[in-house]
Amino acid sequence: MHPAPSVIAFTTLSGLGFGLLFFLGLGMPAARGLVAFVFYAIAFGLAVGGLLASTFHLGHPERAWKAFSQWRSSWLSREGCCAVAALLTMAVHAVGVIFFDHRLRLVGGAGAMLSLGTVFTTSMIYAQLKTVPRWNMFPLTPALFLSLSLAGGALLAGQDGKASGFLVLAGVTLLAYWYQGDFAFDDSETTLATATGLGARGQVRAFEPPHTGSNYLLREMVHEVGRKHSKRLRWIGFSLAIVVPLLCLLIPVEGLALKHALAGVAVLSHIAGVACTRWLFFAEAEHVVGLYYGKR
Amino acid sequence: MTDLPSATQRQMGLVIDLDTCVGCQACVISCKGWNTENYGAPLSDQDAYGADPAGTFLNRVHSYEVQPDHGPAQLIHFPKSCLHCEDAPCVTVCPTGASYKRVEDGIVLVNESDCIGCGLCAWSCPYGARELDLAAGVMKKCTLCVDRIYNENLPEEDRIPSCVRTCPSGARHFGDLGDPTSEVSGLVADRGGMDLMPEMGTKPVNKYLPPRPKDGLAAQGHGDIDLLAPLLSPVATDATGFLGWLDRALDKLPGGDH
Repeated sequence: MHPAPSVIAFTTLSGLGFGLLFFLGLGMPAARGLVAFVFYAIAFGLAVGGLLASTFHLGHPERAWKAFSQWRSSWLSREGCCAVAALLTMAVHAVGVIFFDHRLRLVGGAGAMLSLGTVFTTSMIYAQLKTVPRWNMFPLTPALFLSLSLAGGALLAGQDGKASGFLVLAGVTLLAYWYQGDFAFDDSETTLATATGLGARGQVRAFEPPHTGSNYLLREMVHEVGRKHSKRLRWIGFSLAIVVPLLCLLIPVEGLALKHALAGVAVLSHIAGVACTRWLFFAEAEHVVGLYYGKR
Repeated sequence: MTDLPSATQRQMGLVIDLDTCVGCQACVISCKGWNTENYGAPLSDQDAYGADPAGTFLNRVHSYEVQPDHGPAQLIHFPKSCLHCEDAPCVTVCPTGASYKRVEDGIVLVNESDCIGCGLCAWSCPYGARELDLAAGVMKKCTLCVDRIYNENLPEEDRIPSCVRTCPSGARHFGDLGDPTSEVSGLVADRGGMDLMPEMGTKPVNKYLPPRPKDGLAAQGHGDIDLLAPLLSPVATDATGFLGWLDRALDKLPGGDH
């Protein structure tokens, strides 16, 4: 699949933002006033920024509001509804802790659940697609999005203990996702033989494409170039997203300034690493339509 | 709502005969023509006369080579457009309700004024039947020429999809596949009509008729027959004389074919 920068930015940033909102909703950290304002500004900035980035790849962004209507059948619509509900609920909670020094426990809890729900619905947009076997892995794909979001959220919220735990969990999920994903296409049993229905007659080979030029399908869904460096990018992504932040958290240091500096490094490294693994999430995903073109 | 109808009154669709399709691309052109000039946003081209031309098509003809274990390979031309699936994933993923399957005839359509061009329906389609038009920013797909088949301004023989009307080899058939007594259902039953990617669970309405077996004489034990063989002199494989000497001498040089 084509790794569109807008979608990579969206899933990375909003995943982090909603992860942070989850912890803020549960009162972690128990910040009030100006400190709370900074936390919420970061969380809303990431979540809303990500949502806005996702509208850049639409053909008609001005009609995006119509996407709230089909929550009964569409995961994309559910994501939109869930995101807006989470942001509104958390906004009420934010007003309480910033301006009135009062935490609305129930509202915060609901907001936390809705934030996590938003990340889940995002992951289901991909996990539901039978046409992309590497994504069509339940519960691994949702587990990947949720664990990375929780790890990033805990990092941003300064919850060192929980961050280490979730980083380990995300690391294990990431490795499992890559391991299982490498078999997914073959396991789907979709081949050029079933795609053309001609498999029983002999070996089927794509002889001539329909057009000499490219087309929307090839640009959007067949992206062989993007996977050229996948092995190396897996190392880089895993190191930046999981290993470096873990080391930053676990190294015992004296002094608040150094601790903050290390936390900063951990967050930045994690964001870069998640963006890198998100690139791979798209670039490595093979759509079955590529078979018709003799590609994958 | 983008829920799929539990049943449709009819299942209008195409039956494509892979035995008779000659790969002339006439259906591709007539589809592009009709659907650019009529219903919905035109099918645009980008850089049409430049170095990297591309455009939106609702129907594309691939060609595949099938090599059996024994005997010569077969070349099969393979037209592909929307299969108007019974269990169409492109409909249920749509966030705005722009994609829908009609109850009255089972045709899968896009309401272009509701489409936000997110492209998720194209991702969900295993057949590559949907293409986002870059000029209009909305999803385009085969309408089964919904603006022809019920169009009383057209002569009756033209009230079929443009690709079917155009096909010079009679490889495309249009009708109600939900009615077991229809001509198309008869074709499917007689010729063993098949689904593409049945494992995807989309239950396509369109069916493909497999190519008939070829080279029956060889299978009956006559071996390969080459009518022209006795009339043609054998082609020399070994050069003689000066050329033969040159051939051997060059082979002996370093890097030659010893």
